[in-house]
Amino acid sequence: MALPKVLSLREHDSEDSERRTRIGQKTKDDKTQESPETTPIVRYRGVKKSFGDVEVLKGIDLDMMPGEKVAVIGPSGSGKTTLARLLMTLERPSAGIIEVEGEPLYHKRVGARLVPADERHIARMRSKIGMVFQHFNLFPHRTILQNVTEAPIHVKKMPRLEAEEKAREMLEKVGLIEHIDKYPEQLSGGQKQRVAIARALVMEPKIMLFDEPTSALDPELVGEVLAVIKEIAEKGDMAMMLITHEMQFAREVADRVLFTDGGNIVEQGTPEEIFEHPKSERLQAFLARFLGGVGGGGQ
Amino acid sequence: MSEIWNWQTAADVFWKLTKVVPVTLEATFLGFALAAVLGLVWALMRRSRFRPVSLLAYWMIEFVRSTPLLVQLLFLYLALPRFPVFVIGVTGLGLHYSAYLAEVYRGGIEAVPQGQWEAARALNFSPFKTWTRIILPQAVRPIIPVMGNYLIVLFKETPLLFTINVVEMMSVAKKFGSHTFQYTEAYTIVGVLFFLMSYPSSLLVRWAERRMALKQ
Repeated sequence: MALPKVLSLREHDSEDSERRTRIGQKTKDDKTQESPETTPIVRYRGVKKSFGDVEVLKGIDLDMMPGEKVAVIGPSGSGKTTLARLLMTLERPSAGIIEVEGEPLYHKRVGARLVPADERHIARMRSKIGMVFQHFNLFPHRTILQNVTEAPIHVKKMPRLEAEEKAREMLEKVGLIEHIDKYPEQLSGGQKQRVAIARALVMEPKIMLFDEPTSALDPELVGEVLAVIKEIAEKGDMAMMLITHEMQFAREVADRVLFTDGGNIVEQGTPEEIFEHPKSERLQAFLARFLGGVGGGGQ
Repeated sequence: MSEIWNWQTAADVFWKLTKVVPVTLEATFLGFALAAVLGLVWALMRRSRFRPVSLLAYWMIEFVRSTPLLVQLLFLYLALPRFPVFVIGVTGLGLHYSAYLAEVYRGGIEAVPQGQWEAARALNFSPFKTWTRIILPQAVRPIIPVMGNYLIVLFKETPLLFTINVVEMMSVAKKFGSHTFQYTEAYTIVGVLFFLMSYPSSLLVRWAERRMALKQ
């Protein structure tokens, strides 16, 4: 392995793909120089978020390991979406620290102190994270291919041909290669969501967030999207946070399941522990409502 | 000159007037281009989180919209004596309509769903790229017909430039009238020429409107 480069900042600033090869992981701040296996890729410490008077997250502590697939379940309004939105930097935490690969997301280390980071730092951190939204949020004025190439070309400054090649590869993966010249409005919800997945994947994030990716879909379209996510989960070495109401899916894909309620992580464990041996009453009640008794998924 | 209408006179003035049609069109398009650019600037400034900037744009828009174009033109004319009158005219028209277009832009921008901003952010677009690649293309498309309407309204206001001595249709007509005492033909033909140019344009705008409606 190459010797650690001197300045981690410079390395991350060059947005080339070389940095994705994971050699780069060893070249972080020397303080946090641990092997990827022991450094959490994501770490929440005492993270709180309020909207006005309403506290939606009440002090979250959470570690995710590289490559780990974490499913987040819980009733609506339990704060699970906010959990992901804070990591995607769509909202700022009201209190607490979030770290990505050992580096604070919203702060910079100055000596031993943490000071609020500027937009440059946040943008650099943000490039490690990708997100798939409940309502897809495709760009309606661009074709399917352009939806996927837009960010590589205009954010990563990738040459157009290379970006298109990568985009085709991704669209092939999600089974939409024959639709590349259509516009989003011409696709079904399931197809749109698969485009959104390709659009996020092409940026090669280390962490992917799925915010209820099938909640806005007609029931018959849920399966195709879940199948794509499942395949990515099985093949990819990305860490994934899956916010979902699809219990069967969570069980099959996740390494660990979190149950959130009232702004807290109430219980967590392996899918088996959570679904077969729920400890807290709230989780038991939640599962009873969702599963109606025995195992079957939400679909 | 007892007769009310003389066709020969009408034909004479028609040819005289067509010679200055380019001036009117130039003032229209230059004024509108300025309005389109300035209007976007106001609209973006209005959204600034820095209060003084958004307040400045707010008062700019409100002030311009609350005072007559005629007064604004005369003011600029007197305030900027060294500038050619055509430049002052274009500036006046552009400034005046920029205030209206700012509101149109604002409507277009606000109609872009929040999810588009979030998608752009999640894909790490810079603020500049977010505006130019994602938000503005979606904001501008639906407001094109509205902007077309303002273009026609601006076109029909260009006769006001004659008050600041720009040689355009109105001033040529007035001069013709004062020489021949046949004002009726002169002003009527001005009206006819405006109609001949605005009506097809308004049809075009309506066609664009219908196409937009179909697309949504």
